[in-house]
Amino acid sequence: MTAATWPRGEPTLDRLLHLDRRTGRRRDLRVGDLPALLAPGDLLVLNDSATLPASLRGRLGGAPVELRLAGAREQGGAVWDAVLFGAGDWRARTEDRPAPPPARPGDALALGPELGAVVEAVSPLSPRLLTVRFAATGDAFWSALYRHGRPVQYAYMAGPLELWHTQTAYASRPWSVEAPSAGRPLAPSLLRAVVARGVGVATLTHAAGLSSTGDAALDRALPLPERSDVPAATVGLIEATRARRGRVVAVGTTVVRALEGRAAAHGGRLVPGVATTDLRLGAGHRLAVVEGIFTGMHEPEASHFALLEAFAPRAALADAHAHARAEGYLAHEFGDSMLIL
Amino acid sequence: MRAAGGEAHALPGDVADKRDAHRLAGAAAALVGPLDVVVHNASTLGHVPLLPLLETDCEDLERVLAVNLVGPFRLTKIVAGAMAVRGRGLVVHVSSDAAVAAYPTWGAYGVSKAAQDHLGRILAAELEGTGVRVVSVDPGEMNTRMHADALPDADPAALADPDEVARRLAALVARPEAFAPNGGRVELARVPFEEAA
Repeated sequence: MTAATWPRGEPTLDRLLHLDRRTGRRRDLRVGDLPALLAPGDLLVLNDSATLPASLRGRLGGAPVELRLAGAREQGGAVWDAVLFGAGDWRARTEDRPAPPPARPGDALALGPELGAVVEAVSPLSPRLLTVRFAATGDAFWSALYRHGRPVQYAYMAGPLELWHTQTAYASRPWSVEAPSAGRPLAPSLLRAVVARGVGVATLTHAAGLSSTGDAALDRALPLPERSDVPAATVGLIEATRARRGRVVAVGTTVVRALEGRAAAHGGRLVPGVATTDLRLGAGHRLAVVEGIFTGMHEPEASHFALLEAFAPRAALADAHAHARAEGYLAHEFGDSMLIL
Repeated sequence: MRAAGGEAHALPGDVADKRDAHRLAGAAAALVGPLDVVVHNASTLGHVPLLPLLETDCEDLERVLAVNLVGPFRLTKIVAGAMAVRGRGLVVHVSSDAAVAAYPTWGAYGVSKAAQDHLGRILAAELEGTGVRVVSVDPGEMNTRMHADALPDADPAALADPDEVARRLAALVARPEAFAPNGGRVELARVPFEEAA
């Protein structure tokens, strides 16, 4: 599938491939058709996380490196998990990037005039996966991070992204290190149309992690554990939706992971508040909360495709992707969309 | 605010700069969580001493509109979408009587504030039913450097104390529905406030 290489102008005109979970029927539509595909009483659940400027260029010893934040150890804290890359930037494919110099606990990372960190630990998963502690905290840390950081991006993009390219129209707390991009085409007027149809809209905040590191062993371990915050109001709306036999439709794989991970940890029950999940969804997963997913079109690579197998058989997904490829659908975070419902 | 047990952060930036607006919104939400209120109080007079419109450079007018109108609008765009899906929020535009009356030499500033008031009215109409409110407040004449820049001969004793005006603004933010309809305009002098102990 061809990658969309830059943000496009009119998201409701982006293409939408609808795969009907019951009939297996496939339809070529537009994102603007989404409200009509939902039924009164359904609930659309959004990930309102904003995207961090999580890519930091700097030096380890004398060597140029890039540090990509993977997730905060505790929200608002100075300790982060992060992946170290060698010289170069997003223009090179992650798997083609040179390995970084080996990092050891106690090593100093210089990441900008006001942004320094010390390596606290090196993961047994990969010598590139570090736990780092930033020297600055609070206002000083966040100001410096936003000044020096850039959005994480990949080699198929046409140019360097600005932070605003990565945000949804309803972005709130910046917890994600890569954009929760499924919601990117959901303009405020489209959400108003969804509500006008009698469909509920609820939010949670899920810290979307890195999707690729260039280290095969580490890539196989993705996604790493991710944190989410599900408000009590959202739990209430989900329970009310299920009680009236409405359908809970997740916008993006992050929402599925947040809700199903939480349910799996509590015997099917949704508990509000902040929690971390290491659940990896796949064909064997029986969905406890979510019935449908509105998501971006991606190459049928391992983790995204595996998660979709919780919604539709592999053969139907492979067929849908072959169709999308033949029809010229665009892939990745600025690409077209898919609804499995 | 910290002395009173609250949490306060200062994040400097240029309201007319697109990158700064996104940095500010991101860092603020990282520090305090989902944003419930945005108060647009930064503004510029443009050229001082103030000049009649026919003597105002178009570039100065553009700069005033960038700081007083487009910059605040951008910040609203960044934060108000999340407010609307969460079902609550407040956008406050700090306006001026120069937005209403046609004072000679206040052209660039007055135009920017009149435009901001009207932007607020339209935004309020568009957000009706979402739980997000938009109000304009007229703080009155305050004893500030900005006022001294505009009217150097004014008697400071005749001007309102900015600290007192800020308390009235805080009272309005706490209960906006008590003082103005959505999209409305409030003179802060009419908003009562608790005297500091």
